[in-house]
Formats: sequence, structure tokens, C-alpha cells
Amino acid sequence: MRYLPHSNAERAEMLAVIGTPSEDALFNAVPRRAFKTAPLKLPAHSPEFTVEARMVELAQKNRAAGDGPFFLGAGAYRHHVPASVDHLIQRSEWLTAYTPYQPEVSQGTLQMLFEFQTQVAHLFGMEVANASMYDGSTATAEAVLMAKRLTKRNRIVLSSGLHPHYRDVVRTYVGDTDDLVIVPHSLAGTMPLTIDEHTAAIVVQTPDFYGSLRNIEEYADIAHDAGALLIVVVTEVVSLGLIEAPGPLGADIVVAEGQSIGNSLNFGGPYVGLMATRKEFVRQMPGRLCGETVDSDGNRGFVLTLSTREQHIRREKATSNICTNSGLCALAFTIHMSLLGEAGLVKLARLNHARALALASALESIPGVELLNKTFFNEMTIRLPVAAAPVVDTLARKNILAGVPVSRLEPDDPTVHDLIVLAATELTTDAHIAALVQGLKEVLG
Amino acid sequence: MSMNTQGRPTGAGTAASAGAFASTSGSSLLPNEPLLFEIGDTEHSGVDLPDVTFDESRLGDFARKTPLNLAGLTEPETLRHYVRLSRLNFSIDSGMYPLGSCTMKHNPRLNEKMARLPGFADIHPLQPVSTVQGALELMNELAYWLMTLTNTAAVALSPKAGAHGELCGMMAIRAAQKARGQGHRGVVLVPESAHGTNPATAAFLGYTVRSIGARDDGTVDVEAVKSALGPDVAAIMLTNPNTCGLFEPQVIEIAEAVHEAGAFFYCDGANFNAIMGVVRPGDLGIDAMHINLHKTFSTPHGGGGPGAGPVVLSAALAPFAPVPFVRKSGDGLELVEHAEGEALGRITAFNGQMGMYVRALTYMLSHGGDGLAQAAKDAVLNANYVKARLEKVFSAPFGGQPCLHEALFDDSFLDGTGISTLDFAKALIDEGFHPMTMYFPLVVHGAMLIEPTESEPKQTLDHFCEVMLELAADARAGNQQRFTSAPLKAPRRRLDETRAARAPRLKWEPPVDLPQAAE
Repeated sequence: MRYLPHSNAERAEMLAVIGTPSEDALFNAVPRRAFKTAPLKLPAHSPEFTVEARMVELAQKNRAAGDGPFFLGAGAYRHHVPASVDHLIQRSEWLTAYTPYQPEVSQGTLQMLFEFQTQVAHLFGMEVANASMYDGSTATAEAVLMAKRLTKRNRIVLSSGLHPHYRDVVRTYVGDTDDLVIVPHSLAGTMPLTIDEHTAAIVVQTPDFYGSLRNIEEYADIAHDAGALLIVVVTEVVSLGLIEAPGPLGADIVVAEGQSIGNSLNFGGPYVGLMATRKEFVRQMPGRLCGETVDSDGNRGFVLTLSTREQHIRREKATSNICTNSGLCALAFTIHMSLLGEAGLVKLARLNHARALALASALESIPGVELLNKTFFNEMTIRLPVAAAPVVDTLARKNILAGVPVSRLEPDDPTVHDLIVLAATELTTDAHIAALVQGLKEVLG
Repeated sequence: MSMNTQGRPTGAGTAASAGAFASTSGSSLLPNEPLLFEIGDTEHSGVDLPDVTFDESRLGDFARKTPLNLAGLTEPETLRHYVRLSRLNFSIDSGMYPLGSCTMKHNPRLNEKMARLPGFADIHPLQPVSTVQGALELMNELAYWLMTLTNTAAVALSPKAGAHGELCGMMAIRAAQKARGQGHRGVVLVPESAHGTNPATAAFLGYTVRSIGARDDGTVDVEAVKSALGPDVAAIMLTNPNTCGLFEPQVIEIAEAVHEAGAFFYCDGANFNAIMGVVRPGDLGIDAMHINLHKTFSTPHGGGGPGAGPVVLSAALAPFAPVPFVRKSGDGLELVEHAEGEALGRITAFNGQMGMYVRALTYMLSHGGDGLAQAAKDAVLNANYVKARLEKVFSAPFGGQPCLHEALFDDSFLDGTGISTLDFAKALIDEGFHPMTMYFPLVVHGAMLIEPTESEPKQTLDHFCEVMLELAADARAGNQQRFTSAPLKAPRRRLDETRAARAPRLKWEPPVDLPQAAE
């Protein structure tokens, strides 16, 4: 057992010091009927090469995104992650450290979090950001609860175009009540919002689930006129290289999925939730915050701060039960964002938009396919003359991953059964697009 | 451009060449590293991307007008910056990290290698399920291990961390109570020794927390539970092994009393490392328990996450598991993505922490059922060894019985020395160890909670114990200064946390130029 350092002789020596006959005797507080003396029905320990062979076998049953044409987005995006990002995050000092509760020996993590918070705040044009959340969807649910605390109002309006999974997570968090107003999906992009003096916040996503850009200023005006807050959700943060930040447009809380920067697709996790807000709201913000201070020699240093909001201090009075954040994914985000810098992020965003323009015009050339977006960044929705899911499945058998059929997320909405959401990134080649077009033409006949 | 007196650029927006390989004060082993925003600028970049142009964008009226002000670095600068910063961290690989309740065990590198296989790292959560059968098989296999180790009926894999697992488990309990027509039950029992997340989770779901005291031996009294139970109680949240490092001897009786009163038993599984492969919580009568894959199953803590907190569920709660989950379908596997019946909806957008599932299963297969049991036993052996070597000097409030995976001491051995638990812990840093958990659990005065884990060899434990004994002797000999001024050898001395909280500086701000520095 390669991970266990003791020899049997050492175990015996230690037991003698303790004055106990056996390791099992140390479990004497366990009721005998619950103590297992025989091993459970599980495989026995294995050499590294055997384990590796099994895991490779499982991995090879999956079609990796990089193995051919791939157009999925819908909240998770395939971008190139520079090699140095993955090298750095595997350094022991980053990988195997705990939460920086002992700041004297955790300045690396703390300073990184301070840089992360600064990057996130700048990206969104907001005053403060926290040290990350689990992912974009849970960050959205936490933002909703935060808005309820801040306004002491209960009603939440989820605008159409919010990622259906995000909507579902919010519903799980706040419960299925009349105070959760879900604006039905509408491709016309109208926003018939019923908002009143009971409304705590409007939640709007841009680019929205269907890829269209939303007019944040309009939503901000509607929210603020009623004394409510505006929560802006971003699932593709690369878009912010080209699109105006939500902060200057009037957002009160911005939450996002940060996976696009530094993190792989990972079948859905781990990802990194981003959250930023106005300075005046910081004491109602959930999650860890890192702040600057000095040590007793007067040197600059960083600590976790404002922890009187948090569960380990406030217990049942905490702003959230959140404890763990997404430290290592936040590190990957920060390193990748440092490599990009402003110049790199803008270039990356332009490249994504250019690939999406190429994809859009190719799709528009296919008879029977209708592109529904007036605006988009790197993601768009098409309508097929037939149900979308079987088409996507057929194309998958041809090794073309054509996008996400909306019915997969909205099985009960008959108006979306013929829609596919597709994304293009810097990794989408002309050959991929040609293969998709060819495949769609064949399937649609 | 303007520079401040340390030669750093004054704004990320100013083009600067000063950043290249900037090395400021401090030695190369204990660097004083400037902030990214002080060495980088908005022109530098560590990626090569083509400049593309397009005739007509589809951005509508939403193109960015305000600058981002994001600092960039070239690749060599980035490597040096984040390598230098990393040297300011203590980590498991650099020394013993006996943080009680946190299970800082070895993180095998095979786990990392496997998680990076393209078949796991480079698959999208919404790919057609026919293209991700290996991923579903992996989730199924992990679920099998977790259910076998706990003797439970179901597992919800998707919670993102321990506290998220608590939330999921308690939501399942709330849904089950509602389904029984018992939705009015509004109280959750929580022992005083519980992790802060327990009462926070209960309150988060709108429950009132009723606290239960500990007995003199650090465990929960079944009679105290019985007298707190009533028709208004929805559940108890009990940590077992508890936060004092003790197995709750009456846990089966507690479970029976809880069930008899129509309530559910939520078990905080943060300390599962002490009993994996040895005790199955399902045999104790638990209804729900989260398992921190980042503690028990060796996925890295990563400086504070990502975690993963799958929740095992009893047969009574299994129908209330959240989506998505994996189910057999014909000769393959399907992913159930939409709630049926009274099941919980979704608690996160996608499939949970796949990257952590891969690591945890890799660890399980490496250890095997036999190895996991041996790891639990060695973890308990190590904690008892530390306890046996220290308890003549350090005061163990609940001594006189073996502990499980962690040894708990209070601060009475420091009485009259003018030295606090915090001072003592900081002195440990100067001796090359990470401090133990301090001031937790709250039921013990000045608590020091030591969890060595199974990963520590005997030589390291011996060295740790010798250092602890030497420090205690020095404390009692009156050498207060060594403790109150500690740490002296860390990258920073004690930090002013009050100042940080009073006027929070939560992000980098461009320095205001002093007149003499302006050019």
C-alpha cells in the first residue's frame, strides 16, 4: 500500500507506546455490531499501472471534444488553456495547501486571491469581487438570496434567456413559490417584466442562453425605478473582451461562470463561480474575501477578512453556509488572465467573434436552417425544419458534436424542440465548420 | 510613465517594461513579490493570438467602450511571478499539516494524471450521452464504492463541496418531511460541537436551530437528544466521529430515538476518514451524510477548493435525490436530468465535480477496500500515538479513552504563562509545522485539534511530538517572547486582521502619485 508509510513493526511500536494491543482496539467506542472486522466487498489494492489502465479504459469510452468537430457551449466552453497554466497549478505549494486560515504561511494563496478579486472586479467594471464561488449557477442562486437580504423584499424576476439550469438551481434554492417569477422564453427578445415594490431583483443573462446580447441598461432602469436590484449573469466571460462590462451599465451584482478562462470542460466541474458587487453591499456578499493589510513589521500582506459574514464565525447567522470555494480553479483563471492581459483578452474575444461570424454565415447557407440571432458573441441558435435532438444524435454518430438541442434542457417546452444552440471558439476551424455544414445538409436531406 | 519610489509602474493602464523579471526585496527563497498589477501592464501578453478583423460585427450596440485595465505578463514573467508566490505557501508536500477536521492527507499524483486524460477533462456536460458512456460508468462506479462503504441506498454525486452536500441532504430531508405531510416541522437539532456549516445550513433552509450540549466526555447524550426531540423537530445534524475526535458511542440509540420521533438523521461526514472501510454509517441508522472527497478521498484542497461533497442517502430519502443522476438503461447508462415525482431539482448547473470523481475513484482503486480500511486504522493509530506522547504535558479534556482520527487538547497547560493557544500555534510555524486547528470545537477552551492523518510516517510524528513537548516546556519556563512574537521565520509576521476588516481594501488600486515621484 504505497500511500501508507508504516511498517508492521512500526505499528507495533506505536501501539506499545499507546498501550493498546491492536489498531482495532482503538475503535472500542464503536458498537460491536457496527464494527467490520472483515473487509467490505470491494476490490483489493492495485498497482499504479493497473489503476491507470482501468481509468484509461473508461476515458477512452468518451468522445473528447478535441477529437473532431465540436460546437457545444450553453454554459461551458472549450477554449485553449496555455500549458503553463496547468503546470503552475500542479505545483505542490498551490495544489496541496489548505484554505489560507494561517496567513503568515499562506501569502501565496492570499496574494493570488487578491489578484483574482481585482481581475474579476475589473472585468465586470464593479467595485468588489469575492474569492470565488462553486460555479456560475450556484453563484446566481447566492446572488438572488443576497438581493433578498439587501432589499428585504422577496420577489425575484428571472428574465427569459437565463440558462435553464441556472433557473432550475435558483428554484431549488429559493423554493417553488409565487415570489419566483419566471419570464417565459421568447425569441422575440421582448421583456414583459412585471415588477413592483415587492421585487428584490431582476436577473438577466448576457449573452443569453440563446447567444443574443441583452440591453443591460434597459433592465437596470426597470429594476432601479422600482427600487429593485439588477443581477447580471455571464456564462461566457471571454465575451467581456468585446462587450461592455455590466458595471458601467448599471448592474448591482454580477455573477459569472469563469470556466472559460484557465479551466477545462471537465464534464461540468470543477468550475469557478465569479461574483462582484458594489462596495456598499459587500457585507451581504457570501463567500470568502481577501483583503490587504500589514504585518507587525509593517510589510504588506493579505488576510481573509470580513469573516463575520461567514459560517465558521456566525454559524446560524451567516450570510451563507458556503465554506469551500474554488481556489485552484480561481488560480487557473488568474494565471490564464495574467497571460492574456487586456491585449490578449481583447484579441481572444475578437477571434471568437470572428469564428462565430464564420459559423453563422455557413449555417445560414444551409437550406431549411434559420439563424435566430440578431446579435451574438460566439454562440447562436438555429431553427431546423425538424426536431433537433435526433439530428444532433445522428451527427454524433458521424463524429460531429453539433451543439446542444434546447429540448435537452427544456423538454416540456414544445416551442424549442427544433432549436440547437451552437458555439464557436478560437479552437473552431474552417474544416470543423465545413464538416458540420456537410453533415447537416446530409441529415436534413 | 510615472513610477513610485519603488520603481513600480503606477497603473496597469500604463505601458511599462519595468515588469520584466522584476525582483524586489526579500531573498530568492522568501521573496517579496509585487502584485501582478504592479509588474504587468495592459500591453504585455503571454499568448500569441492572430489579429483578426471583421467587416461587420454582430455585437449590436453593445461593444465595449470602457477599458478593462487588466494587467498582462509574458510567459516567463508569469512563471516567475506564480512560482515565487507559491513559495510563500505551506503545503502538505512541504511539511506536516495537522489541521484537525481538515484531513490533510497525501494527494497522489496518479489522481492528477488521470483527471487530465482528455476523455475526462475534455468532455462537455451536455454532449449526447452516447458519447460519454465512460464518464457515466465512472460516476456509477464511484457511487457503488460510496454506497458500499456506507451501506446506503443511493448517492447524490453533484454537490460541489461539503457545505453544499449538507444543503442537498437537508433539502432532501425537507422534501421528505413535506411528502409525509410533516412540512411544518421547523426545528433542527445541532450539538454545540458541530461545524459552523451545520447551523448555517439549517438556518439557510429556514429551520430554527436547537442546540444540544455535550457530556463531560465530549459526546452527545441520547437522553439530551430525546428531551430535545418533539413533533416540531425535522432532523438532527450530528457529526460522527465528532469534532472532538470521538466516536459517538450512543449513535445507534440516537438514530433510533430520532426516527421514533419522526425526524431524520443527517450525519456530517467530514470525519469519515476515521472509519472508512471499518464502520458503515448506514449500519448506524443515518439517513443522509455528505462525504468530502477532498478530505477522505485525497482530492487536493487547492488552497481552498474545489471540493466535492457527494451525499449518501437512506432508502427513505433516496426518492428525493437531486438531478442529475446516472441510471442503467438497456445495455448502457443514461443521465436522468429532469426531476420526476417529488425529487429535488437541480442544485448545480451540470454534473457536479467530475474532475474530483476521477481523482477519488483513482484513489479508491489504488487503495482497494483493504487499503482504505488500513488507512483509516493508521489515521486513528497516528492520532492516538500523538495523544499518548503528548498527554502527560498537554491537557486532553476527554482523555482516558482512545480518540479516533484526531487528538484534542485544551489550553489549561498554558495557564499562567501569558501565552495563548494562538501564540503557541504560531510558534509551531517557526519549527517547520503548520499549526493545528485552533479554538475549534467551541466546547473546549482554547482548543487545539490535531489530525495527523495516515500519511505521516512515525519519524515525522516523533519529531512533531518532540517539538510540541519542547515548546510546552519553554512556555512553562516563562519564555513568553518566543510565542508572542512568533512567527519570526515565516514569509510574514503576524498580520493585522483588525485593520483589514475596518477599512477593507479588497482589490488593487492605482497608487496616488507623490509629487516628487511624478515625472
